[in-house]
Amino acid sequence: MRARVLIRPKAGILDPQGQAVERALPALGFGGVSHVHVGRLVELDVEDPARLPEMCERLLANPLIEDYEILSGEVSAR
Amino acid sequence: MARHRELGLTDAEYELIVVKLEREPNEVELAVFSLMWSEHCGYKHSRRLLRTLPTEGPKLILGPGENAGAVAIGDGLACAFKVESHNHPSAVEPFQGAATGVGGILRDVFAIGARPIAILDSLRFGEVAGSPRSRYLLEHAVAGIGHYGNSIGVATVGGEIYFEGPYEQNCLINAMCVGLIETDKLIRSAAAGVGNVVVLFGARTGRDGIGGASVLASAELGDADADKRPTVQIGDPFEEKKLLECSLELLDEGLLVALQDLGAAGLTSSSAEMAAKGEVGIDLDVRRVPLREADMEPFEIMISESQERMLCVVEPERVTAVLAVCDKWEVNATAIGEVTGSGRLRVFDDGDLVGDLPVGALVDECPAYDLEPAPPAIPIYPPPPRVLGEGLDAGATLLALLGSANLASRRWAFEQYDCIVGSRTVRRPGQSDAAVLRLDGGGALAVSIDGNGRRVAVDPYRGAVEAVLECSANLACAGAEPLGLTNCLNFGNPEKPHIAWQLTRAVAGLGDACRALGVPVVGGNVSLYNEGGGGPIYPTPVVGMVGELPDPARAGRLGFAQEGDVVALIAAGWSPAAAGSELAKLRGEALEGELPAAELGELRALHAAVRQGVRSGALRSAHDVAEGGLAVALAECSLAGGLGASIDFGAPAGEALLFGEGPGAFVVSAAREALARFGSAARVVGTVGGDALRIEGVLDVPVAELARVHAGGLADLLR
Amino acid sequence: MRFGVVRFPGSCDEVDALLAARLVGEAEILWHGDTDLKGVDAVIVPGGFSYGDYLRVGAIARFAPVMGEVERFARHGGLVLGICNGFQVLCEAGLLPGALLPNTSLRFVCRQVDLEVVNADIPWTRACSAGERLSIPAKHTTGRYYAPDPVLDEMEANDQVVLRYAPGSSFNGSARDIAGVCNAAGNVLGLMPHPEHAVDVLTGSVDGLKLIGAAA
Repeated sequence: MRARVLIRPKAGILDPQGQAVERALPALGFGGVSHVHVGRLVELDVEDPARLPEMCERLLANPLIEDYEILSGEVSAR
Repeated sequence: MARHRELGLTDAEYELIVVKLEREPNEVELAVFSLMWSEHCGYKHSRRLLRTLPTEGPKLILGPGENAGAVAIGDGLACAFKVESHNHPSAVEPFQGAATGVGGILRDVFAIGARPIAILDSLRFGEVAGSPRSRYLLEHAVAGIGHYGNSIGVATVGGEIYFEGPYEQNCLINAMCVGLIETDKLIRSAAAGVGNVVVLFGARTGRDGIGGASVLASAELGDADADKRPTVQIGDPFEEKKLLECSLELLDEGLLVALQDLGAAGLTSSSAEMAAKGEVGIDLDVRRVPLREADMEPFEIMISESQERMLCVVEPERVTAVLAVCDKWEVNATAIGEVTGSGRLRVFDDGDLVGDLPVGALVDECPAYDLEPAPPAIPIYPPPPRVLGEGLDAGATLLALLGSANLASRRWAFEQYDCIVGSRTVRRPGQSDAAVLRLDGGGALAVSIDGNGRRVAVDPYRGAVEAVLECSANLACAGAEPLGLTNCLNFGNPEKPHIAWQLTRAVAGLGDACRALGVPVVGGNVSLYNEGGGGPIYPTPVVGMVGELPDPARAGRLGFAQEGDVVALIAAGWSPAAAGSELAKLRGEALEGELPAAELGELRALHAAVRQGVRSGALRSAHDVAEGGLAVALAECSLAGGLGASIDFGAPAGEALLFGEGPGAFVVSAAREALARFGSAARVVGTVGGDALRIEGVLDVPVAELARVHAGGLADLLR
Repeated sequence: MRFGVVRFPGSCDEVDALLAARLVGEAEILWHGDTDLKGVDAVIVPGGFSYGDYLRVGAIARFAPVMGEVERFARHGGLVLGICNGFQVLCEAGLLPGALLPNTSLRFVCRQVDLEVVNADIPWTRACSAGERLSIPAKHTTGRYYAPDPVLDEMEANDQVVLRYAPGSSFNGSARDIAGVCNAAGNVLGLMPHPEHAVDVLTGSVDGLKLIGAAA
């Protein structure tokens, strides 16, 4: 199965990448943008999706500083 | 348009190919020729000119023609070094362009078996003050150089950055690398031994840079360069770090017959050059090349510029051992071909022969063109914009110069580079006029990279001479004697007579200066066609020089060291002038006038005297007078040392003396008695001390004010 | 005193750490793939870009075979020093509290910094005195130390904050200007600045020797 894991900085922790993007967008003419955060996407074909949370806890995310969200449901990409 | 013209070949070149093949080329063969005969790979317009440069010397071990040059540094060791450009890719994607430029020059150095120990970079952009594009290029190029050099663990110890209008559309990114090797371990790239196996190791091959060399480097950039983005190579320094350790271990174990890195034109140029040097042939099977993308055609595999790959020749009984070392370093390695006696490069797709080319035709028989130089009838470049107000006094002029983009502090840039990894760095950026790196046996190397395109535009011959002298002067200030030189010639379109004239005169100046100073050229690079709708770049020969000094503890410093020391000017044949100076630029003056003539024998002796003064400890600081002139040099010594000075020239100091430029002068500080050895060559002009730079009757500026302006001049223009 | 310096694919400052350690004792490289610590007295996890900093700094290196042994060694009181990337690896491995985040400026900075010794009572700092200033170079993109406030309070109460950036010295935005921390037992120290690059007058200050040589 094709799974996608979104990893983002935990709320409350300074996210300078998000801030940099939030500052850059208005300069290009895009107003009305706020609360920008920059994270990471990990995509994988996985046989046993039940093990995804454990993969996230142990490797894909650092629970001290990151939150993760598992999106899944399609048949394997290839 | 005929396919060959799309690939950058002229009709005459195409006809020559047909003659050499004795038939029409197929697609694979045409792609291979278009790259091997591109300006970037074939040096068509520069080869004959480069032969006029001096390439011999008692300490020279490896001259032009190999992946990098090398000079002897004693104790059975050699120092390998070279400079290369990555201008066109960086204009399209500056982060990756600059990063892969660093990656490429690193590979050139470890391809001859040397462990890289230092990187320097020489960069040129348009004026960032008025150009968001130039600011973007600068920020991303510096970030890219830092990213690659820092990640691979090689110290970036020096460099230079210039901002001039003519570089607005064609930025220059030149990267230099220095490495160390035991002389008897130097490996060459000539393939040898019929029946030996050709092994490709490193990253997988994808579509990076397809057509990069011929499409980008041999043509002027037009409006369509957005479409050229897909041809930019992406670098991975982690992959290169593994590749470096793997290559050095393979060489250490004596497992390789020959080694070559894959650079411009990828597998094509590496295999062709290895075969040409060895006067052998090579058969390759592209199906065996590990691929990153599916469905790559044979010609794509041959010309891909995917980074971090090396090609080697291995005796059959050693292949297993080679694969084992690569496995240990987690580096892909595959046998993809063999050395033959055919003198041909034959490309197979599994069993099918898809390309069959005579090696000689690809390399040594690549056409070479004579330039048709003619001095320009009208000025090539517009005067720079005037940015300086009227009626400024000397103090205000000095501050304006120190705060100008070309002279302001480069701390913003060099702090993005790891300058200390390797534990060799004795002089970090800003501490001396040259970087100094210690050697294990007790001595040290000094390295500098220099060039001033605007002054070369005023006078290509004298400007090029100055570039060589600048390097030598910087080395002297560190206490080092030059051993060898590498150069990158960055010019516009050589088919235009005035550009051909610039190139011819500059190479003549380079050659004469090298001969006079006794410094051989060990190798280098040429980047032509740097021009667009806005006109050509300034003619920009960039010179990198390596020198040696016996005692790193006595390496020179540029800053005033001690209150009470005397400040002196050590000069010979120095006649500073306004032409081509930074002050003339800020005033918006046209690029005309005469650069001062340089008496090379006299200057060689002057550099030797300063060098000795530094080595003996007599001179506590030494700094050559360069851009901005004497007043700026004095200010730089104050800033670096954190100490003011009181200067008195004894007579009214005119603008030429304060802000004129030209070779042949050094600002030094020392205990008074220590200057006796220089006799009349050293003229005491003042004393170190106080919190201001005071030039009697001229200016009196607090060091804090100099520092404020100097620190912000560039940094304030950027994020 | 015998030091083992771990080498991962992508380590850069392991040779520097080796040279520095050899000034005060004996030292050898511990290959990431081996599980033999060779009976060393102290382990140094060095600076660099292990595994290209892929996924997250130190995230992959912490699972290297050698790290299992380093973790065991540490839990039995063995002396461990994590420098820069090494500090990041030790945090990922749970041997030290907290995590390292990207510098506030998002840029790599290489600069000599002044550190203040907060805790001079662990093996790694016993050659220093509390309040002493050390001049040591720092060079990193991801050095902003972070832990939730309650954790930081606890760490400070437990003397686990070992080194702080002197006022004006920090360039990474670390919480409470924290430059180096230790575990509760005090045998594991992690710091972002590079003491191995401050061991020779020729190349800079020698203050780093006080840390590396303290336990020798």
